[in-house]
Amino acid sequence: MAEILVLVEHVDGNVKKVTLELLTKARQLGEPSAVFAGSGFENAKAKLAEYGAAKVYVADDPELEQYVAAPKAELLAQLVAEKSPALVLVPATIDGKEVGARLAVKTGSGLITDAVDLVTGDGGFVAEQSIFGGSTVVHSKVTKGTPIVAMRPNSTAPEASGGEAAEEKVSITISDGAKKAAIKDRVIEQKGGRPELTEASIVVSGGRGVGSADNMKLVEDLADALGAAVGASRAVTDAGWYPHQNQVGQTGKTVSPQLYVAVGISGAIQHRAGMQTSKTIVAVNKDAEAPIFELADFGVVGDLFQVVPQLTEQVKSRKG
Amino acid sequence: MNIVVCVKQVPDTWAEKKLDPADQTVDRKTVDNVMNELDEYAVEEALKLQESQGAEVTILTMGPDGATETIRKALSMGADKAVHVVDDALHGSCAVQTSEVLAKAISSLSPDLVFLGTESTDAGMSVMAAMLSERLGWPQLSNAGKVEVDGTTVKVQRLTDNGHDVVEGELPAIVSVVEKINEPRYPSFKGIMAAKKKPLETKSVADLGVDASSVGLAAATTAVADSTVRPPKAAGTVVKDEGDGGQKVAEFLASQKFI
Repeated sequence: MAEILVLVEHVDGNVKKVTLELLTKARQLGEPSAVFAGSGFENAKAKLAEYGAAKVYVADDPELEQYVAAPKAELLAQLVAEKSPALVLVPATIDGKEVGARLAVKTGSGLITDAVDLVTGDGGFVAEQSIFGGSTVVHSKVTKGTPIVAMRPNSTAPEASGGEAAEEKVSITISDGAKKAAIKDRVIEQKGGRPELTEASIVVSGGRGVGSADNMKLVEDLADALGAAVGASRAVTDAGWYPHQNQVGQTGKTVSPQLYVAVGISGAIQHRAGMQTSKTIVAVNKDAEAPIFELADFGVVGDLFQVVPQLTEQVKSRKG
Repeated sequence: MNIVVCVKQVPDTWAEKKLDPADQTVDRKTVDNVMNELDEYAVEEALKLQESQGAEVTILTMGPDGATETIRKALSMGADKAVHVVDDALHGSCAVQTSEVLAKAISSLSPDLVFLGTESTDAGMSVMAAMLSERLGWPQLSNAGKVEVDGTTVKVQRLTDNGHDVVEGELPAIVSVVEKINEPRYPSFKGIMAAKKKPLETKSVADLGVDASSVGLAAATTAVADSTVRPPKAAGTVVKDEGDGGQKVAEFLASQKFI
């Protein structure tokens, strides 16, 4: 079976959901070998085994996590040279895409980003992408080198399988050239137990209609009742009512959850580009002409300050 | 200080973007084209340094003839000069090839600092800063929501999912920005007039020492096999709130097994 490298995204060994999705996808295409960079492997091992990693290449040099993207790209390049894998999978996250980008240059390989599916076709892997804000579906192939594919979170349902997760230590000497962008501090601005925006299966987003930073609490309350992540339109992040990191849209994040609830969002093309591939869309807006209703599976024309608190109470009581 | 800003011309956000059925490249002929929005923020950040530290700002664009409109816009905002890499051989180049051409062009300009938008609105890959950094061996200070230049050190706030990392590197460096960073200025009438007289140099791939057969669609590292326009979504149910709107949504969510 062809070996497929899967770059593990984790925080101190707590493996992100997208990694489990990538391992699941890799099992459909070949034999997954997880690549674990940094500290905390003991915490990650069981999870990687559960989702079918046959092997895990472990490089626990702390310097791998102290510089932006470059050290991990060197690690992957070393493994590509030593193991000649059929494919390298990285998550289509900020870090994952940048590591993939550097690896592509290092190995002279093609990189496909934001794939939503990947299958084996005639003469290689065929990736599906949803481009131009979800309006066009394309199938692409890598034609040079070892294919590198960055898969979007939420594009494969993670399924447990059971693998050996046989540990193979990798020693790496990080070059001085890879130590030029030093991470001096990591500042956490948003604490709390909400799921991450791009990984969440439900997203509740607030738009201009919410009216103020304080009123975003209505959106948060509904999100918490549903166990959802909180998103925001650009109008909201530009106004400073909510952090930029939560922006959904052309200049923010692209999400594709099972359920997207748009609260007070008109649905300008800028916003639609970031969410229109969501499986089910619910909209609440006072303007019956708002374009968001063209996308909505279920919409309510009404005052969000009446509808949303009622919805939150209903969700809470139904969930008991 | 010598600053290069990489600027891309893209189909307007409001345009119906599509692929050219002939070769599956982005159709740039039948739509209005504008400066990639995030690149406006990159230009603005360079202009702020031009004003505060006396930098010279050079716009660098790779793109077809029509991209001069976007270059003129950047010059009218206040950039000093521009280099336009234009060559039929470049049509259909992938990101890996594009990064080679841009890296060569940047090297020839010997800047202290390179700014670019984190992502383009057409390809949307968010990889160019990383690729340029890899090729040039300069620090990758990407996804920046704040930039400070102090002597030869650049410090940025690199936005993360739940906050930011403080990242530092020495000049020369590559910095990609998000729109949180500033508020781009509009070109003034005076700026628009002045832009017409600013130097705009065009370069071919041969001028940059790039082999023409190594760039373009035929030599790209990825290939599009097919594309289809997604059909519009079937209309859903829209109800007017009669005091029970929240309950109606809850019933819908229950029927779909979300609650």
